Amino acid sequence: MHSSETLKVQGEARVPGTKRNPGARAFALRFFSGDEIARALVTISAALILLVTVLLVYELWINSHLAREKFGWHFLTTQVWDPNAGQFGALAFVFGTVVTSFVALLIAVPLGVGAAIFLSELAPPKLSNALTFCIELLAAVPSVIYGLLGVFVLMPLIKQYLHPVLKGTLGWTPLFSGPFYGPSMLVAGIVLAVMILPFIVSVSRQVLLAVPNDQREGALALGATKWESTWKVVVPFAQRGIYGSVFLALARSLGETMAVTMVIGNTPQIKASLFAPGYSIAAVIANEFTEATYDLYVHSLIELGLVLFALTIIINGLARLLVSSTAKFSVSST
Amino acid sequence: MSIPMEAHERTPETRVPRASPPMNDPAARATQIADATPAPNVAPAPAALFAAGVGEKMRATDLNFFYGKAQALYNISIRIPTNHVTAFIGPSGCGKSTFLRTLNRMCDTVKGTRVEGDVQLDGEDVFGLDVTSVRRRVGMVFQRSNPFPKSIFDNVAYGLRVNGGLSRAEVAERVERSLVRSALWDEVKHKLHESAYGLSGGQQQRLCIARALAVDPEVLLLDEPCSALDPISTSKIEELLLTLADSCTIVIVTHNMQQAARVSDYTGFFLMGKLVEFDKTEQIFQAPSRKETEDYVTGRFG
Ligand SMILES: Nc1ncnc2c1ncn2[C@@H]1O[C@H](COP(=O)(O)OP(=O)(O)OP(=O)(O)O)[C@@H](O)[C@H]1O
Ligand SMILES: [Mg+2]
Repeated sequence: MHSSETLKVQGEARVPGTKRNPGARAFALRFFSGDEIARALVTISAALILLVTVLLVYELWINSHLAREKFGWHFLTTQVWDPNAGQFGALAFVFGTVVTSFVALLIAVPLGVGAAIFLSELAPPKLSNALTFCIELLAAVPSVIYGLLGVFVLMPLIKQYLHPVLKGTLGWTPLFSGPFYGPSMLVAGIVLAVMILPFIVSVSRQVLLAVPNDQREGALALGATKWESTWKVVVPFAQRGIYGSVFLALARSLGETMAVTMVIGNTPQIKASLFAPGYSIAAVIANEFTEATYDLYVHSLIELGLVLFALTIIINGLARLLVSSTAKFSVSST
Repeated sequence: MSIPMEAHERTPETRVPRASPPMNDPAARATQIADATPAPNVAPAPAALFAAGVGEKMRATDLNFFYGKAQALYNISIRIPTNHVTAFIGPSGCGKSTFLRTLNRMCDTVKGTRVEGDVQLDGEDVFGLDVTSVRRRVGMVFQRSNPFPKSIFDNVAYGLRVNGGLSRAEVAERVERSLVRSALWDEVKHKLHESAYGLSGGQQQRLCIARALAVDPEVLLLDEPCSALDPISTSKIEELLLTLADSCTIVIVTHNMQQAARVSDYTGFFLMGKLVEFDKTEQIFQAPSRKETEDYVTGRFG
């Protein structure tokens, strides 16, 4: 800091005599005054992130070549996963991953955004801070604990109360048909919902709190009720940030491994019913990697990793596209 | 560093060294009021102040206002004439905005505040009326422009939609009329469905005026509406105020003496949370009855 300061002063003192090569001088000046150094540092950091990502994909790509060569695109379109027969297809896992994450979002987004609105707009600040602290604690709970809760609390509860109700009312749809034994995509979805809720609540609340007060006042001054001002002005203002919290949550739920594998049933199949067991990509990789006894098996699991990576990127990309087409008046600074 | 300085600057004591010290002792305050030369702020006699046929749209009686323990307004009593322009002037931090916000109950939105005394709209206590209907009838344009993150059209239509009961065609017609009245129509008519944030600061302020006008308020409160405007837009707004005053009661806070003199019929001078003087505008600017007012309008302080 100190030396760069002095260098800068010296450099400036020499400026009159620098006519011969002003460009290089100016560069050196800027470089040593810290601007260029800071610039170089942050550029390197950004490049490193990119490099790590590229390396990751490269490794996944190289180490899955046996499976890629053997199955080609069929890897994505078949649902047979039979290590004994050397047959591997990703479809059932992709299905399980997408369905459970979708169920999780369906539950967690309205709940989370609603809670965030309550915490930022309605609750007295002290209560809001206390509750937010509790909710953020939820994010620190290890996922294996969520798995246990799913097995010992959620499954019995659903079996006893939710399943009969859903079966009675919506049992005619394929979504809620069939028996419920416990491990299922429904339970996995609900567990995931609980796990991603803290992200949605705490980020959305932060974003809502950052909405300038004059927005609320502007709406109230036109005769809007508190609710109208919140829903039609404050929430749209915070829209982008809220979507951001949802993306974060989505990425988390697509990749969640431990809790999901404990409650999803680990059965590679595609069933329309949420009561049926399934399997997710992350779960199968974790479960079978140590047992993979031959190269094609290992390569198939690594290709699954590649698929998960691609899936995350595609789903996030689609979500962002959707958002940028609806949120055109939103304020990007939040 | 800058925050405490700013806070310091806003305290009336530092800005107005020559004014009398704040009176916490009610007896002392009473004496001071009694001492005052014909003090219109105590109980302005209607006949003396308002010309014949001028009604009273709003009235505040012995209004005290507190932010927590800090008192921001002291015993404000004033009557606001129907369909005229009333201006409030006074140094920064003297409570003009605060007073304006008690008139449409925007003061309710700040936590920990307390109002004593009485504010009436057409003879009814505003604190007894439904708050949304008070604010619909008493519109407000804020010191800082605050368009919503919506299109220009939707910004102006917001109040109409919130209050409901209009067809799409009626909404469109009211939006256009409000934009014309606020002197913005020609600049935005080709891009009504673009974001309001694409407008310049001055255009945004006129948009906020249009938004307030769209719901046809009976009273329009404007808090330094021209502070971000160029002279041309300012004069457009001033013309607008003059035409509006035929059908609408206007209260404007301004730091610009010429503006107060140009647009207003009545002027109130605030100092340290008190309404020092309230009278016809000519009177305030040519022959104020209080020394503080004279010092302020002649630019000797503030
Ligand atoms: N939200 C608030 N919380 C606490 N004190 C406040 C608040 N708003 C205003 N005040 C205080 O009330 C007093 C009057 O403020 P007000 O905003 O009404 O002044 P003003 O006359 O509008 O000033 P300006 O001309 O700068 O807009 C000031 O001393 C200010 O510090
Ligand atoms: Mg003000």
